[in-house]
Amino acid sequence: MQIIQPHYHGIARTAQDYERMAMSGVVAVCEPAFWAGFSRKYPETFIDYFRQISEFEPTRAAEFGIRHFCWVAVNPKEAENPSLSRAVLEQMPEFFKKPTVLGVGETGLHKSSPSECEIMEAQAQMAIDHDQLLLIHTPHLGDKLHGTRRVLEILERMPINPDKVWIDHVEEHTIRMVKDRGYWLGLTLYPITKCSPKRAVDLIERYGNERTLVNSSADWGPSDPFLLQECILEFRRRGHALQEAIEIFYNNPARYLGQSPKFDIQPIRIEEIR
Amino acid sequence: MLSAPEVLDHYYLESRCLLLELAATLDRLDRARAGGEPDAVESDDRLQRIRASLTILADRDARADRAERILQLFSDPAEG
Repeated sequence: MQIIQPHYHGIARTAQDYERMAMSGVVAVCEPAFWAGFSRKYPETFIDYFRQISEFEPTRAAEFGIRHFCWVAVNPKEAENPSLSRAVLEQMPEFFKKPTVLGVGETGLHKSSPSECEIMEAQAQMAIDHDQLLLIHTPHLGDKLHGTRRVLEILERMPINPDKVWIDHVEEHTIRMVKDRGYWLGLTLYPITKCSPKRAVDLIERYGNERTLVNSSADWGPSDPFLLQECILEFRRRGHALQEAIEIFYNNPARYLGQSPKFDIQPIRIEEIR
Repeated sequence: MLSAPEVLDHYYLESRCLLLELAATLDRLDRARAGGEPDAVESDDRLQRIRASLTILADRDARADRAERILQLFSDPAEG
């Protein structure tokens, strides 16, 4: 089955990931800018990182026939440093001109501090001003519930088209508030700390697959890009049709990301030849 | 051997994850029952054992023997 992996941090992974993803049907990955595991000191470090994901990483993925797209942003954790963040934000619009940059992401919140909220709002405004897609990270673990509410409060003050916004890492206690407001939502599969493949399929069965993206992130920490394939297997083992799986794991990312003219992968339909 | 705070530090997230998976499984079962025949599994011994094991998990006076008690609960009686 053909798969689009909408959230993947390739710079933290080996080429073996790309090879195995290609062998398992992945045709495209999207790499949001994120926290590198340590907080950077210099705006230039971010700029080189943006160059890496918008210029170099596509060539690594292409070795295995995978299309690579990316997003640029100051992540929530480093937004705690507003002067550094503002310096990076000044240079972000240059990257919107690159052929594989889809928008602003992942911004959002980590601890929901005033600085994080300020920088998230500035980046959401930048997405509006430059007609870019917007990818919002919601906090981890115990910070998720109040952080997701705060994200929604910030967005609701802004003249933003919900269809252009993807709010990621929702779980059972946050999915309704995101879905009810018309945003795209992301179910992120992690071994321990976010959603599991089984719980993701539960959520799809309960709330439907509209405006829903499933991803397995994969970064420098304990994570596994193939939880996405495990989720597809779980979905199919429960008796759901192949075309339904394609709607969730290929067509939905194609629909959401395809709002950017740079993402030219179209939804597909399986037909028998008689 | 780890100290009690170390055990909590090491295994908190894993325990959270295991509890969530169990809760989601029971939710899945409840949804399936609501959508079909609610009594189809009510008398199933496996469901009774799962429910009984939850009582063992919640026993705050247990003497570090919950795993053993749950395995005994899930053990079939000897034949003959």
